[in-house]
Amino acid sequence: MTALRVLAAMSGGVDSATAAARAADAGHDVTGVHLALSENPKSFRTGARGCCTLEDARDARRAADVIGIPFYVWDMAERFRQDVVDDFVAEYAAGRTPNPCLRCNEKIKFAAVLDRALALGFDAVCTGHYASVEDGVLHRAADSGKDQSYVLAVLTPRQLSRAMFPLGGTPKEQVRAEAARRGLAVAGKPDSHDVCFIADGDTRGFLARRLGPAPGTIVDADGTVIGEHDGTYGFTVGQRRGLRVGRPAADGKPRYVLDIEPVTRTVTVGPAGELDVTQITARRPVWTGCPPPERPLDCAVQLRAHGEVHACTAWLDGGVLHIRLRAPARGVAKGQAAVLYDGRRVLGSGTIAGTSPTARLPAAP
Amino acid sequence: MSSQNLRGGGRDEIVYLDHAATTPMLPVAIEAMASELGRLGNPSSLHNAGRRARRVVEESREQIAEVFGARPSEVIFTSGGTEADNLAVKGLYWTRRAAAPRRRRILTTSVEHHAVLDSVRWLEEAEGAEAAWLGVDSTGLVRPEVLRSAIERAPEGVAVVSVMWANNEVGTVQPVSELAAVAHESGIPFHSDAVQAAAQLPVDFADSGADALTVTGHKLGGPVGVGALILARGMEPVPVLHGGGQERDIRSGTLDAPAIRAFAVAAAAAAARREYEAKRLAELRDELVRQVLAAVPDAVLNGAPPGPGRLPGNAHFSFPGCEGDALLMLLDARGIACSTGSACTAGVAEPSHVLLAMGADDSRARGSLRFSLGHTSTQADVDALGGAIGEAVARAKRAVTR
Repeated sequence: MTALRVLAAMSGGVDSATAAARAADAGHDVTGVHLALSENPKSFRTGARGCCTLEDARDARRAADVIGIPFYVWDMAERFRQDVVDDFVAEYAAGRTPNPCLRCNEKIKFAAVLDRALALGFDAVCTGHYASVEDGVLHRAADSGKDQSYVLAVLTPRQLSRAMFPLGGTPKEQVRAEAARRGLAVAGKPDSHDVCFIADGDTRGFLARRLGPAPGTIVDADGTVIGEHDGTYGFTVGQRRGLRVGRPAADGKPRYVLDIEPVTRTVTVGPAGELDVTQITARRPVWTGCPPPERPLDCAVQLRAHGEVHACTAWLDGGVLHIRLRAPARGVAKGQAAVLYDGRRVLGSGTIAGTSPTARLPAAP
Repeated sequence: MSSQNLRGGGRDEIVYLDHAATTPMLPVAIEAMASELGRLGNPSSLHNAGRRARRVVEESREQIAEVFGARPSEVIFTSGGTEADNLAVKGLYWTRRAAAPRRRRILTTSVEHHAVLDSVRWLEEAEGAEAAWLGVDSTGLVRPEVLRSAIERAPEGVAVVSVMWANNEVGTVQPVSELAAVAHESGIPFHSDAVQAAAQLPVDFADSGADALTVTGHKLGGPVGVGALILARGMEPVPVLHGGGQERDIRSGTLDAPAIRAFAVAAAAAAARREYEAKRLAELRDELVRQVLAAVPDAVLNGAPPGPGRLPGNAHFSFPGCEGDALLMLLDARGIACSTGSACTAGVAEPSHVLLAMGADDSRARGSLRFSLGHTSTQADVDALGGAIGEAVARAKRAVTR
């Protein structure tokens, strides 16, 4: 093995600390870097755990001490605000449902940080993501419950060639046990779950503060106004709770968000069956596990983080990725990634731009 | 850059160019402290062991008073520079305001250390103070006329003036005795933070005319955690720490005899070598500046020109097109220790408030590094930097993310 000069991005959590330790054990020349992503880091926060508090910076520093590697803090707050937080807000404002972790990997960890690292003489960026790169191709982690290949699938071949994910072959529980054996104090630290820049976990409240009130109507499928809302950004396709629709549906069944139209500020709701989609279009396709397909490709697709996998046929038409599902999927939101898999292997991905209900299907070529 | 280097190979042969952050303890100070640590006695106790410890403290007080041109009774021991600055600024503000409630103005500079800067800001937020930030020129110098005109706006409303003796980042030496004289024209007490100056310049409390002067141990070869506020008779700042009434009731807390002894021994040793050392460091510094400018022709030396207006061990540069933290990391990987000037609690390098006050733009303020020399510095340290800085700057320029 060639010893590489590796920059280990250390969030202060158990995964990135163990990943850095493994990279060092493997003989690489590892430097730990904590990314300061919050413009106003607070020392203590209530509620959900995030990734940008002062305790996290300290936890990362102490892990680097134990591993025995140099450690620095890089201020990426401005880039993070522009490329992740502002993007998150703009996507919701446009009626889409973004995935900020995916955007952070694409624009921060494997772009701004990677580029700076390469310029400074490093060869690779190491993170604690659960995924693996085999022969240059991204694969699902062995621990399918922790697999994070979905939020890495936007990375280009160039980005992947510089990525190092030492945890891809190990179940999470083993990683915790290993961290404890290594004397890393973060071995028992809870996992982060929520959006790291929304400290209280209240996404709707966060968006309301950023976007202000934008009241509109809630309509049913035939256009009848059945309620009002404070802003379309408070909704996600497939959402059932928090609709505040006074009148029950005629059939008495629960209603779900079917569509979000930010320009007219209209939220369309309807029964669960209307959520079924069979055809999906996705933009900005990236191909890392195969060349751009010239013919329709039979594979599997995942439509949200930790979502189920659907058998599908995918094809390219004028730079747009078309996906036709074998069986309908429910609650597919624009703005999420559609990630194509062949078993554990990631073939490519695109950003969901449109869906067609099962009822109205165009023919596959 | 070799793999060995990036890992920090050869760290044991560190090139230490950060003496302004802290300088190695002098062997005599370590010896004095170690021997005192093994002895018993609280200097405030009335029995034999207490008297012995008290004697150590009082002899140390006399030594420090002599080094800094003060009377022994004017030396108030503190836990260091930050505490002494807090005591002077807050304490004198409270005392002066209590005597005349209209005295709410604090005159200080925009290039002070955070111990003064943030004390003043806190007084503004919590105690109704009004700060007037005295402007500096492009070398970081405060002109006495600037202080005079700030006072003249409302002399009776000024509580205290605080101007540092020498700047910790760019090394600019302020005209302290002239500034003190200007403050005294209006009967206003004058404090100066002499933490950086005390190691390398002749600092004479009586000659300076200052009413309060901050010094600390670890910048002149003593231990971290001990310092002093030298306080003229008649100055009675309201205490920040209340308790047993030690140090003229101005600073309570059990006196740390071992640290105080080591501080005094270091201060005396530094004073004995000061003239020779200042000349030696100035020559080394001039060579460092020469080598850096030769390797990086577009680098800019910030602060006052080398000479009596600048700390002899200080060199501070802006490297256009670079970020200071990237440069620091690259030099650290080569075993060269320096500073970006200021760091916040999270370890994120902030643009230097000193450079911003001197008129630098944000990118110049971020792209700067301080190299500071001290008693262990050698020509080999300077040569090591001279040999590494060119490549580090070239690499850092390629890594600019903004």
